[in-house]
Amino acid sequence: MPTPLKILVPVKRVIDYAVKPRVNKARTAVETSGVKHSMNPFDELSIEAAVRMRESKNPPVDDILALSAGPAKCVDVLRTAMAMGADRSIHVEIPDAGQGQAELEPLGVAKLLAKVVADEGRNLVILGKQSIDDDSSQTGQMLAGLLGWGQATQASKIEIDDSDRVTVTREVDGGVETVRFPLPGIITTDLRLNEPRYASLPNIMKAKKKKLEKKSLSDYGVDERRRLKTVKVEEPPPRKGGGKVEDVDGLIAKLKELGAI
Amino acid sequence: MLLTIRHYAFRQAQCYLRPSKTSNRQQLSAFARLLSSLAVLEQREGKLQSASLSAVTAAQKLGGSITGFIAGSGIRSVVEEAAKVEGVEKIVMVENSAYDKALPESYAPLLAENIKKEGFTHVFAGHSAFGKNLMPRVSALLDVQQISDITAIKGEDTFVRPTYAGNAILTVQSSDKIKIITIRGTAFATAEAEGGSAEITEGVDPKVEIETEWLSEDLAKSNRPDLATASKVVSGGRGLKSKEDFDRIIPPLADALGAAIGASRAAVDSGFADNSLQVGQTGKNVAPQLYLCAGISGAIQHLAGMKDSKVIAAINKDADAPIFQVADVGLIGNLFDKVPELTEKLKQ
Repeated sequence: MPTPLKILVPVKRVIDYAVKPRVNKARTAVETSGVKHSMNPFDELSIEAAVRMRESKNPPVDDILALSAGPAKCVDVLRTAMAMGADRSIHVEIPDAGQGQAELEPLGVAKLLAKVVADEGRNLVILGKQSIDDDSSQTGQMLAGLLGWGQATQASKIEIDDSDRVTVTREVDGGVETVRFPLPGIITTDLRLNEPRYASLPNIMKAKKKKLEKKSLSDYGVDERRRLKTVKVEEPPPRKGGGKVEDVDGLIAKLKELGAI
Repeated sequence: MLLTIRHYAFRQAQCYLRPSKTSNRQQLSAFARLLSSLAVLEQREGKLQSASLSAVTAAQKLGGSITGFIAGSGIRSVVEEAAKVEGVEKIVMVENSAYDKALPESYAPLLAENIKKEGFTHVFAGHSAFGKNLMPRVSALLDVQQISDITAIKGEDTFVRPTYAGNAILTVQSSDKIKIITIRGTAFATAEAEGGSAEITEGVDPKVEIETEWLSEDLAKSNRPDLATASKVVSGGRGLKSKEDFDRIIPPLADALGAAIGASRAAVDSGFADNSLQVGQTGKNVAPQLYLCAGISGAIQHLAGMKDSKVIAAINKDADAPIFQVADVGLIGNLFDKVPELTEKLKQ
């Protein structure tokens, strides 16, 4: 008999992927107030992967728990996760997060998640491969290290067989590779894994009734001290777009002039 | 008279400058002696992945002693090759087939043990699939907050890294005892393959038993230059319309230029090109001499992966496409006419 899955899906609220971020005047952080935020795109893939596991019924899924750590507004992304199919959520509130300094670093998040995994008896954690704000690509791997579990990062295909073995096809430089580990384990999702569903209006309404627990870092005994101090934040030097050319000959001439060919 | 005064002033200035200069240098070298870096070198099937030598270059920029780390089976020749790399003083090798596929479950404890044993202050690895998969697990084992994908080193504890798809450049200062760092390959050249003569030593092997198995791989075969390190890249996007058109139009141009082939996410998602060719925030970062793209609009996620290219050239039929804001040279036109014409003219 396959072991029922108890899935944890951590989700992060980030500046929407279509918004061009601006550095604030003090050069201490990226301007976040009044900017559209949404769920980190890779985390949508994680929720989708968890919901599809439940729909396939093999192995059975006991429950899908979504979690977000951050300011009060993280509740929005948790509601979205529940509208997509997560059963319940935990919001670990970090006051003033989002201004750059109070936000947890990947190591802090991994430590928090390790506690949640133990508390909630999880046997599978599905995370996005990176958040599109910090671009660190660390949390899933760190969590796997802290728990001593198997890991498969950048997953483009996931299968779980009757003997609790997870087979994952991973995107690597130059192609794909396939690894297998027994549960419990950690998976991080890559773009090609699936096409996340849109939350339907009835499901959005239902999500409002789903359980959302409020917690704090001290409930989990996680130290929020940052190891990395932001010295400054700058906009990248702007590229000056060059002129346009009329035809292919002009293009070749310009490339020669620039020493590119 | 004036001359004498000037001469005197000059000598005075020299007196002030000289001692401070010397003490400064002494301080620096004393400082550098305390730094000891480990460059984690990737090998596949007994071949050194030359891109991982960027980790040595990063360590050279920091100063201090540099040790290379290699693990796997049949690595003798790789180790000897790495021992010749300029600037490397020592190679730590662990010969064990358990590490051939660099599964983080066993490779991370292996690295952590060797880092602890030798007391390295800095550990550098490439921000490649290998480094991304492995290093955060090592960091967690050592209780260190890793610094990912750095593009510059400002000091012993201060590093520069792009965030928000390259739209915000962060300078961060680490308070961790060990700095674990992955580096952006395009920001650090590959170290010179000759000129060094490193001592070769055996590392510790914790031989951690793991349940993860490596099953198979399917790597795209290509005779073209490697995308991440190519000096020229020709890239196609959604504007190519189909895989047939992509294959008909892009490779001949790439061959005419001796370039690697890249693609936008739209082209990859539509099945025009293999996933491993994706350039952008979630694909590869490239910074070639020439990035020539056709049928790519220039979304911020794509720009994140190529805007450090020396020269960007774009062919697009939409004059308002954002790609023209960053392109050094832009040609407005139908790529189905312009690209074959360009290919023909380059061949002549």
